[in-house]
Amino acid sequence: MKVTKLALLVGLTALVPTLSQAGTLEDVVKEGVLKCGVSTGIPGFSAADSKGVWQGLDVDFCKSVASAVLGDASKVKYFPLTAKERFTALQSGEIDVLSRATTWTATRDTSLGLNFAGVNYYDGQGFLVSKKLGVTSAKELDGATFCIQAGTTTELNLTDYFKSQGMEYKAVTYDTSGQTIDGFKSGRCDAVTSDRSQLAGLRIKLDDPKSAVLLPETISKEPLGPVVRQGDDAWFNIVRWTMFATIEAEELGVSSSNVDEMLKSPNPGIKRLLGVTGKTGEDLGLKNDWAYQIVKQVGNYEESYDKHVGKDSPIEIERSYNKLWNDGGLMYPMPVR
Amino acid sequence: MKNKPLPTDGQGILNNPKYRAIIFQVIALALVVFFAIYFAHNMFANIESRGITTGFSFLDNTAGFGISQTLIPYDDGTSTFLDVFIVGLLNTLLVSILGIIFASIIGLLIGVARLSTNFLVSKLALIYIETFRNIPILLQILFWYNVVLAALPGPRQSFAYLDSIFLNNRGLLLPEPIFESGSMSILIAFILAVAGVIYLTRWARKRHHDTGQEFPIFKVSIALLILAPTLVYFIAGQPVSAEYPVLKGFNFRGGLTIIPELLALLFALSIYTATYIAEAVRAGIEAVPKGQKEAAKALGLSDYVILTKVILPQALRVIIPPVINQFLNLTKNSSLATAIGYPELVTLFSGTTLNQVGQAIEIILMTMAVYLVISIVISILLNWINAKMEIKGR
Repeated sequence: MKVTKLALLVGLTALVPTLSQAGTLEDVVKEGVLKCGVSTGIPGFSAADSKGVWQGLDVDFCKSVASAVLGDASKVKYFPLTAKERFTALQSGEIDVLSRATTWTATRDTSLGLNFAGVNYYDGQGFLVSKKLGVTSAKELDGATFCIQAGTTTELNLTDYFKSQGMEYKAVTYDTSGQTIDGFKSGRCDAVTSDRSQLAGLRIKLDDPKSAVLLPETISKEPLGPVVRQGDDAWFNIVRWTMFATIEAEELGVSSSNVDEMLKSPNPGIKRLLGVTGKTGEDLGLKNDWAYQIVKQVGNYEESYDKHVGKDSPIEIERSYNKLWNDGGLMYPMPVR
Repeated sequence: MKNKPLPTDGQGILNNPKYRAIIFQVIALALVVFFAIYFAHNMFANIESRGITTGFSFLDNTAGFGISQTLIPYDDGTSTFLDVFIVGLLNTLLVSILGIIFASIIGLLIGVARLSTNFLVSKLALIYIETFRNIPILLQILFWYNVVLAALPGPRQSFAYLDSIFLNNRGLLLPEPIFESGSMSILIAFILAVAGVIYLTRWARKRHHDTGQEFPIFKVSIALLILAPTLVYFIAGQPVSAEYPVLKGFNFRGGLTIIPELLALLFALSIYTATYIAEAVRAGIEAVPKGQKEAAKALGLSDYVILTKVILPQALRVIIPPVINQFLNLTKNSSLATAIGYPELVTLFSGTTLNQVGQAIEIILMTMAVYLVISIVISILLNWINAKMEIKGR
């Protein structure tokens, strides 16, 4: 099943002629649709809602890129990928951008032939345990069995952490995050470990979310961000600056509700961002209203965050590290000028 | 009248059927080679232009992730991806071999039951075959996994037997034998017993051939195989002890654990494949002409002798070829374990390892090569058995 799919992708790599490599922008414009790789269902980041419409922070990022490039946030084709399919799908050209809560690591950035465009969510690995175990700290988890997702940094961090603490553990490895929570529900494992944001999303999938607790420890750094193929700098720039534009918009107070008024704003920073002055858009190979379209159609970073993972969402994750830099967080958009 | 040579002169070699056949074959071969080279070249060019690392050096890198079942010593801090490959391969072989054994036993029983003159037995066998043969194997694997997990209690409420065997949703826990010095002698005793049994069988067969006297070879063999190692075990001062699983903290520590993923997969594969084997057995037995059985009966042979000396030797010729296919299918179907997290080759190697390393081509090729080799070995082995079973022309 999975093998055939992977084998197909490998076959694709062999078939695709060498020429189609560069020029992702041209391909996207020509096809009129952005092929965006998302998860098979991580609530808050990318998951299909009850109507089958993709929702989430990562999905909003796909929409932002489509708005900037095609001027239409709806022109996205979503490719749900498991953790272990995602890189092959990007390498083989099946998707144009991977927006799937993917951790930026040295190996992935170098040997996979991929480039990380930035970080749109700062995360860390945590533990979700059943309340009735009476555990209050990860240090009490000696000998526990964990449900984890295959092909993630989670698998590696878990080993590092238990080695450094001199504790033992057992791992049961599944394909999707849905299966890990099912394994947890059935009692196959004592705890689920993953990025804290994902655990918060998985927790609300439990029959009784209050029956499980997130332990306080964060055992790793998980900078999550969009990924593109190496060797196409123009496309890389577009994806990177789309991300910066959404954060810059928040910093400048430009949101989807006030963006039309802001076009008349005297603030030179807002004027440059929205393309009233300057030609940032043209330099990127896009139209000058690229950032205006992003904010108008999708919203700024704060809007996406609050709607999908923050205070207006069922997961309700504090912004903490993901606040703006001038508010004590790590979100620091490079100046659009 | 003399045979004239075919009129080829002046019409070119294209009109000569012999040469024409060769030319077409050369063209076909050239096309295949051309496409192979074209694809390979394209693939490597694409990989290089995308900056993806190539080669097999990743096999020496430290893997750094945990595996729930390892048949060789595996340390998640120091073991390499090559170790992961071997662990996955052994886990695949383990479930395949056990599956083949169980599927054969169940299949043989059901196949014979299907032919029973007892209405109930025969219909029950029919229901079994039709039910399990017609449900996709992936669904059955998921079904058994959920049944196994749902039916079993947590570690703290385990089913226990004599405080040494435990069953819970973490698996089946058994005492692990610990071999101390002197345990070699038991193994040697066992090997000697096996050699003795082989010699005895030959002697008994020769005596039977020469004198017609029967020797209770089966009972004597069993006695020899059990008594010799047991005797040595006590003489050597009981050098084998056992480590019992003990509940400590969250889980049991010590002892042998058979993980629920293996149990579920084994269940599903054996039950599914057994249906096909049962049908092959039924077809094989029905293929033996009725007259053979009637003739044997007329000679006054017992039912047991009729089955083992008359029916089965002829039926096996029909049974073996389709059963080879089923063994191959079972081995290949074991890769579906990726759905329930049993750590076999596809899950571990073309799953986790592929994702940590990212070299899809090398890893998929290695995985495919493994299945190819396993399948070919099974084929060769059973074809050899088949050749031995065939009617020898005299």
